[in-house]
Amino acid sequence: MSRDVRDLLSRKKSALLERWFDIVLETYPSESSGFLKNKKRQFANPVGYTISQGLEDLLDELLQEREMDIEKVSSVLDSIIRIRAVQDVTPSQALAFVFRLKKVLREEGGTAPSEEIEALESRIDAIALISFDLFMKCREKIYDLKANELRNMTFRLLQKAKLVCEIPGE
Amino acid sequence: MAKFTAKPDELAKIDFRPPRTGWMDTPVEIKEHMFCHAAKPKELETVGFPNAHEWRPNDEDWKLPENWERTILEGMKDLLGKYRSFRLFMDICVRCGACADKCHFYIGTGDPKNMPVLRAELMRSVYRGNFTLAGKILRKIAGARDLTVNVLKEWWYYFYQCTECRRCSVFCPYGIDQAEITMMGRELTNLLGLNIGWIAGPVAACYMKGNHLGLEPHTITSSMEFFVDDIETITGIRVNPTFNRKGAEILFVTPSGDLFANPGTYTAMGYLMLFHELGLDYTWSTYASEGGNFGFFTTNEMAKRLNSKIYAEAKRLGVKWILGGECGHMWRIIHQYMDTWNGPADFLEAPVSPITGTRFDNAKATRMVHIAEFTADLIRHGKLKLDPSRNDHLKVTFHDSCNTSRGMGLLEEPRYIIKNACNHFYEMPEDTIREKTFCCGSGTGLNASENMELRLRGGFPRANAVKHVNEHHGVNMLANVCAIDRAALTTSMDYWVPGVSVCGVHELVGNVLVMKGEKERTQDLRLEPLPGKEGNE
Amino acid sequence: MGSIFAFFAVIALVLIAFVGVSAGNMQYLFGVVIPYAAMIIFITGFIFRVLKWGSSPVPFCIPTTCGQQKSLPWIKQNKIDNPSTTIGVVVRMALEVLLFRSLFRNLKTQLSEGQRIVYGEAKWLWLAGLAFHWSFLIILVRHLRFFIQKVPVPIQMIEGLDSFLQIGAPLLYITDVVILSAVTYLFLRRVFMPQVRYISLPADYFPLFLILGIAATGVLMRYFFKVNVTGVKELAMGLVSFINPDAKLLEGIGVIFYIHLFLISIFFAYFPFSKLMHMGGVFMSPTRNMVNNSRMKRHINPWNYPVKVHTYDEYEDDFREKMKGAGIPVERE
Repeated sequence: MSRDVRDLLSRKKSALLERWFDIVLETYPSESSGFLKNKKRQFANPVGYTISQGLEDLLDELLQEREMDIEKVSSVLDSIIRIRAVQDVTPSQALAFVFRLKKVLREEGGTAPSEEIEALESRIDAIALISFDLFMKCREKIYDLKANELRNMTFRLLQKAKLVCEIPGE
Repeated sequence: MAKFTAKPDELAKIDFRPPRTGWMDTPVEIKEHMFCHAAKPKELETVGFPNAHEWRPNDEDWKLPENWERTILEGMKDLLGKYRSFRLFMDICVRCGACADKCHFYIGTGDPKNMPVLRAELMRSVYRGNFTLAGKILRKIAGARDLTVNVLKEWWYYFYQCTECRRCSVFCPYGIDQAEITMMGRELTNLLGLNIGWIAGPVAACYMKGNHLGLEPHTITSSMEFFVDDIETITGIRVNPTFNRKGAEILFVTPSGDLFANPGTYTAMGYLMLFHELGLDYTWSTYASEGGNFGFFTTNEMAKRLNSKIYAEAKRLGVKWILGGECGHMWRIIHQYMDTWNGPADFLEAPVSPITGTRFDNAKATRMVHIAEFTADLIRHGKLKLDPSRNDHLKVTFHDSCNTSRGMGLLEEPRYIIKNACNHFYEMPEDTIREKTFCCGSGTGLNASENMELRLRGGFPRANAVKHVNEHHGVNMLANVCAIDRAALTTSMDYWVPGVSVCGVHELVGNVLVMKGEKERTQDLRLEPLPGKEGNE
Repeated sequence: MGSIFAFFAVIALVLIAFVGVSAGNMQYLFGVVIPYAAMIIFITGFIFRVLKWGSSPVPFCIPTTCGQQKSLPWIKQNKIDNPSTTIGVVVRMALEVLLFRSLFRNLKTQLSEGQRIVYGEAKWLWLAGLAFHWSFLIILVRHLRFFIQKVPVPIQMIEGLDSFLQIGAPLLYITDVVILSAVTYLFLRRVFMPQVRYISLPADYFPLFLILGIAATGVLMRYFFKVNVTGVKELAMGLVSFINPDAKLLEGIGVIFYIHLFLISIFFAYFPFSKLMHMGGVFMSPTRNMVNNSRMKRHINPWNYPVKVHTYDEYEDDFREKMKGAGIPVERE
């Protein structure tokens, strides 16, 4: 990506973020989106705060000159998707926000050459693919939790019934 | 997660906001993963609850008994006459909205009907329509509505999405307590046999067998053997708990969850070690083997019926006073309800610590002392030899339980113990602890597995604060004084903040307690190697 | 929707008084009959509601504790937020009623987050609520000058303080400005904050418009359409001493006064049937006005009744052999 495009988009970062954040909020009931929008309140409004922070970090990473740091992208995405995975949305709705960024970029970065935008879009695709993995991981985790909980709950009973035992040491 | 229902053309749509209808005109949608399974009729019949029947929350037909509206309205009238709190809270709300964003379920779900004010309005609207002049005449203008099947379903859905944590009540200018309203709502749904299995099962078990898990007496003692064995492995000392022993000075009551569920079991081991080291003349009871009280999440009467066992057993065994273990709602009940229900406890004596001689004047009528009060007093008087360096691998934070903080005020006692048992203690942000603490998300009998998403959402505000201290201070242990917390937060941490474990305060005590004649410790109570001591075996 | 309905309801009330007095010459009805009726409804209604609340007992001791309990002598108790004495409760209630402490707690929560406050609504709610209620009270007290022949010194002092800015003639009362702005704010937040709009009922907008109407007519009367103040005072004195005013006196007061008085009458008559009863209710809230001493002193539930329990004997009968097998002592072998 050329320096010009990056500068252009970086200058518009706050507008980009605002639009992107609004798109995520559209999946919530309108009575609540006003509340969630108060994203500065880390502890009073953890959902709004975490999502807005996450989006900002993602955007920063996306607009880097260097290759994206996949580790960093994953960990940021994780904080958002972990929330989305337990909320009342379908998988498609939960992850749509990644794809929606394309539209936001095209609208805000209107003057940028289209090959530049395409380069950005392929980065967004990479983010989307990671999102799928993370979403599935979260969902699987939830089923794990249910099983673990049952096991924890009755651990001593299982032990008593000799259904579990410690692996004997050497 | 919602069921996958989106069609391709719907995916392209940006705006899936619900239509802008008023809340009265938005019918309830019973969503998967947000509710618990219905109670089995047999469980309800065991304790003589009315209208036990087979039904499923997501069925259209709930098979309600005939004249159910009359049952509810008469029940409501009865409750309005019995509880000033109920009548007052139905009348005086000005809908200022101060409580709206204080509820962990609202914060985590975004569902507007989870705002405490609106959850209460679900019932107020019916109250106005049937019990106030203005509501009867002006109907909707006065915010009144009729009691219909849909309204009943809405009640059920949202009153079983409230953990009676009382956080809203802290911020309300009139102290309106949603917990009171939820309790009334649950009393009413219970009249129609609309209870949940996760509550009704433990209630029936506790009634017949003395504890929520339905453990029979011989199971309790033999399971305790495991603890005794493990403690011997760790310390080389064999502790010797007694059961139903007449003439003991103290009866010890704790939630049964801690006898079987990890990590609560380690807290139970902590108790055993502490009492042994003190040489305390105490006994467990298999009849009163439950400190918790899921009856409290059904009806006031049921709660009293279950609670009666504690005083009855104390009287039968002839103990002087009662000591209670770490538990949240158990302590709300002991502190605010037990004496009123089943007192006066004139067969007991005002509690005095046999070790320090401290008189627990704050418990002089109810005659039951919280173990955190008891242990804090021991430490203050230097009666315990503690080696906090054994907990040096832990960076600990403390979660205040809703009930002990907002229904009692037990804030400093556990902190004092932790600070003496650990060298690394970090508080979570100020507006997420003490009286402003966030619920674990699974209280009031909502810790089932079928509603896991509800629990995780409701648990997020708490987990988010833990994450903060985890990131800033490396906190890896979340201590608390509640059995439900120990189970629920373990799950919540596993999802939201992996790497943070959960423990009871007395597990920390058990780990650092230097017992007379103990061997060099190489393991903690979880039988995991103690860092820095591995090589010494 | 609710706000539009409430708005037009208040407009209709204004019109009723206007038409009734200016076209129908019903000064006596609006100046004497309705005020008396309103006061009777207010007093009996208020008492009835309070007695109704009082008729339901407080079966359990359920204060919401917002601080450290009284336990061990060396642990510092929070004597106000977790009171163990009546004095503590009195202080807690006084702070609640006079300063809206719980709403303020809301604000404190925000500040403690330490970040730039972009969301100052909680602060404004507290401030506007406080400003509104206090100016309402001061205005009420100021109005006593109409009911007492020789205006007492305390009231004169309040008037003096209230107009210390010395603006305009007649002097501008600060509370007039404050109450109008505070009520306007309380209305706007209901309209513009999605959450609050969602929970608002017509019954929330109606009192706001009504109070706005009362304050507005009062302001108009004092600063713009001057009415015969001596006449008003004579009428007011007559009303409180049950002297029937003559027709000439009634006709000599401007119509705006009757609109003002009619809205006030409606306000008082409406009071006992509405959420405005929070004025009485705040004192009776068991989560705030109770002493947290339930383990020190037994709280009595007047309707406590015996319940069916599963006794120890029944339990032992169920498990005797198992208990003996496990070495647990039993009552009967």
